[in-house]
This record gives sequence, structure tokens and C-alpha cells, in this order.
Amino acid sequence: MKFDNKTYMLLETDSFAKKALIAGAAGILLSVVGAFMDREQFYQAYLTAFTFFTTMSLGGLFFVLIHHITGAHWGMVMRRVAENLACTLPLMGFFMIPLFFGMHDLFHWSHADAVAHDPILQGKAGYLNVTFFVIRNIIYFVIWGWLVRSLRKLSVAQDKGDVEALGKMRRIAAGGTVLYALTVTLFSFDWLMSLDPHWYSTIFGVYVFSGGFLGGLAILAIMSIVLRNNGAGNFVTAEHTHDLGKFLFAFTAWWAYIGGAQYFLIWYGNIPEETIYFLHRWEHGWKEFSLFLILFHFIIPFIVLAFRAVKRVPILVVLMSVLFLVMHYADHFWMVAPTFNDHHFQVSWMHLTTLLGIGGIYLGFLFKKMGGAPIIAMNDPKLQKSIDHTVA
Amino acid sequence: MNQTLGVLARFANPAELIEAAQKVRDAGFEKFDCHSPFPIHGMDDAMGLKRSILGYIVGGMTITGATLGMALQYWIAAIEYPLVISGKPFFSWQAFIIVTFALFVLFGAFGAVFGMFGLNRLPRLHHPLFYSDQFAKATDDAFFVSIEVADKKFDETKTQEFLASIGGADIELVVGE
Repeated sequence: MKFDNKTYMLLETDSFAKKALIAGAAGILLSVVGAFMDREQFYQAYLTAFTFFTTMSLGGLFFVLIHHITGAHWGMVMRRVAENLACTLPLMGFFMIPLFFGMHDLFHWSHADAVAHDPILQGKAGYLNVTFFVIRNIIYFVIWGWLVRSLRKLSVAQDKGDVEALGKMRRIAAGGTVLYALTVTLFSFDWLMSLDPHWYSTIFGVYVFSGGFLGGLAILAIMSIVLRNNGAGNFVTAEHTHDLGKFLFAFTAWWAYIGGAQYFLIWYGNIPEETIYFLHRWEHGWKEFSLFLILFHFIIPFIVLAFRAVKRVPILVVLMSVLFLVMHYADHFWMVAPTFNDHHFQVSWMHLTTLLGIGGIYLGFLFKKMGGAPIIAMNDPKLQKSIDHTVA
Repeated sequence: MNQTLGVLARFANPAELIEAAQKVRDAGFEKFDCHSPFPIHGMDDAMGLKRSILGYIVGGMTITGATLGMALQYWIAAIEYPLVISGKPFFSWQAFIIVTFALFVLFGAFGAVFGMFGLNRLPRLHHPLFYSDQFAKATDDAFFVSIEVADKKFDETKTQEFLASIGGADIELVVGE
């Protein structure tokens, strides 16, 4: 990859994208084999990978929305990268389709005979039924696709000198944030919380969002260093990496705060229908994994990132970001797997192949996008301020 | 009895002040300061200031606060006044996290505010530079460099000449009690 100082394009992204796509195709092929061997296991692994990547794209979208609304200048140089990340949402909409065929393997509430003997599920049937589920999930992706596409179109128009674009993007972002909050909450309720249809937690949407935003920030932090190392050092500097590092620091604390709040209220209330969620994640071999999640998703990165020096050393920022990506997957694994395997801790090889499959195509698509338009939003009035940004 | 306290020189704008700060630093002065009506980015580097230890003060305070918060509750709930509350163990650390976190933040904030005051030696009612009549303009539209008499390299005439040579105007020997 190479940054072109005249056109502001990131050149030669194709070779990386091609490699990623090939790896992805191989992963998907292996996963399809797995689907014939053990369909239930395949869908569990596929769902984990699907929500893992979708929430990170949503994190990228949030970064763009918040920058438009607040008019913040520090992260302006990273806006196009975040846009590219959000541009993978339509792709994730495509990856959602196979899950519609696996609903009976994933969702207890989708079985009519189970609902017939369960008064709680009967009460929830107005919301938790297959038709409405499919329709509303398509609606989420239509909304996200519309947001991403219109913001992207205006952003590229701005590159070509459209001065009206800035105000339009801000207006879209203002309404878009409200839609975003609603759809992300319902999305996590649908795909992750309804895996155990009796259990509910009103903060669950925020929890999923907090992890996703952290994952998105980790990708942005890595990309800031990729850009610096490939000739865009005049635009993206150590100061931007430093500030993204601060965001990583802040949002790992926030993830822990939301996760802690969810745990705390359930622990305090001590009602069996609520505590079952944490019981499944504590007994029969899951305790160690839960502790591992807290330790490496929050405690260790929180202590390490507290030091200023860490945020200014590229290799350490990359290491912490990779750790966050791994732990983001662990977080989604933790949300999905214990619901099905509450008797013993179990990882399947299909977790790897689905991750490779969706991940390879995701990265391939992402880097095609990175090379598809100038990587710096060059005509934004805040650009110079963003380039000159210094961390005091 | 009046005595010399330092030398004051005025510079035209923030850019010149930064340049002057670099030259004073490079000339080997240590006890000097820059005064401007507003903060100037890059001034710390120009003056050769070391990073503030404030972050470590805050870090130490947060750990103290969290430890105190947890220890206080542990002592009350498990040792001195053990009461069974909703059937939970005496030492229910989950319930204690909130106060622990609150004290973590509170002590951190105290560390930041009072640490800042302490490191800046505030509150302070008087400063030698207040003997200078023109110094009041530092809160309005003037940019000053001051070099204290306590500096090893300080010399009444030579320091004044030096400040003039790097572009300082209205050079003044600050004299007071």
C-alpha cells in the first residue's frame, strides 16, 4: 500500500484485498463443509462471526456520525477510513441472509410447538415471531445502508468541491444518530438477547454497542499507523494515534462500566429468570472464560493504556488494538456459546473457519473501499485544523 | 530594602514569544518563565519543560481512593457490623464496587485539582513580577519572558543585553522588596 500525495488515494490496496478475499473464500468453503457435518454448530459459529463484524462496522458508522454532529476537528483525517469501515454494512446485510435459514437451529422461540407450551413465549410472540424478525432485520440494514451510502456520496462530492455537502451530512447525522440508537439496540436484542428468549436486560443494546465501538476504534487505530507508515505521515500523525489510543482507553472502561451495570442489577435483584444468564456463564467450565474476558477486555488494557508513552509508541498501540479485536470476538463468543453449551466450555473449529470466511471477505471488501476514494476527506474545512492537531 | 528580582522583556506576538523561549532555553537559562494572555500550543517544548508529574499524582490518588473505599466497606460489613442483607455474604464485593468506583473517581479528581494547585504553588497572593508596571498587560495583549535573579547564569547587564539581542522590547530590571 502506498499513499499518493497528489490524489490523496491509497494505492495498491488490491493485492492485499485479493489475498483476503481468497482466504475468505477458503474459510467459507470449509464452513459450508462444516454446515453439512453439524448444522447447529455451524450456525452458532456463523452468528458469532456475523455479529462480531457487524458491530465493528456499526462502530465505524458511529465515529462518522458523531464527528458530523459535534463538528470535532481532531479526527477529521480519520473520517474517510471510518466511512470505509461503515461501508461494509451492506456486505454484512448480505451475510445475514444465510442466518434466516438457520433460525430454527438458533432460536428456541421460532419453534411453534415450544411456544405452545410456554406462556412467557406466547406473551412475547407478538414481537418474537419469524416473519416480523426477518422484516425488521431487513429494515435495520436498509436504514444503515441508506445512512452509509448517503454520507459516503456526500463525502465524495465534498472532495470534488461541493460546499453544500457539509451541512447536508450534518443534518443526516443528526437524525441518523437517533435511528442508529434504536436499530442497534433492537439488532442486539434480536440476534443476541433472544437466543435465551426468557431472559432480558434493558441495557443489553448499549453493552453490544460499547464492545462494537471499541472494536471499530481498534481498527481505526491500526489504520492510523498503516497510513503513517505508508506515506500519509503529513496528514495522520502520532497525535491522532494518541487520541485514538485515549478513546480505546476510555471505551474499554465504558464497556466494563456497562457490563458491570448489567451484572450488578441482576446480581442485586437475584431473580432466577435474570441470574440464569450469568449462571450459564459461570458454571461448568465457563468461569475461567468469564474471568479471562474481564481481565483482557478491561483490566489489563486499562492499566497499560493509562500510560501516555504507550499511546505514542506505534507497535504498542497495534498490540493493544489486536488484543481488543481478539477480545471483541471473545465477548461475542461469550454472549452466544454458553446459551447452547451451558454444560461445558467448547470451541469448534467452525468458529475459526467462519471467522476466516466472513473476515476475509470483509477485509477484502474494506480494502477495496479504502482504495476506491481518496483516503483523506481533502475538502473538509476542518482538515487543516485536524492535521495541525496536537495533544497537549 | 529594594533588591533586583529579575529581568522582564516584552515580545510582539505568540510566535516571537515561542522563538524567544527557545533561545532563552538554548542559552542555558533554567529559572525563566513566559507570560501570555492565553495558552500557546508548543510552549512546553519551546521552554524545554519536562512532563508534569500530575498524571502520576492522579494515578496514585485513584488507587488510594479505590483501596480506601473497598477497605472501608469491608471493615464495616464483614468485621465490625456484620449484617445479613438480602441473604448475601457479609463481604459482597459486588455491592461495594459502586462506592469503590466513586472514591476512585473522587480521589482522582482531588488529586488533579489540588495537585495542579500544589505544582503551580497556588494560591499565591504576590509575585515579584507584580513590581513591574507593564506586567499587568500580560493579561491583555502583551507577551513577556522573565528571567529570575536566582538563575545561575543571571547577570544584571548581560541578561538584559541578551534579551535585547533576541528581539525583546521594553526591557526592565524588576526591582522590589
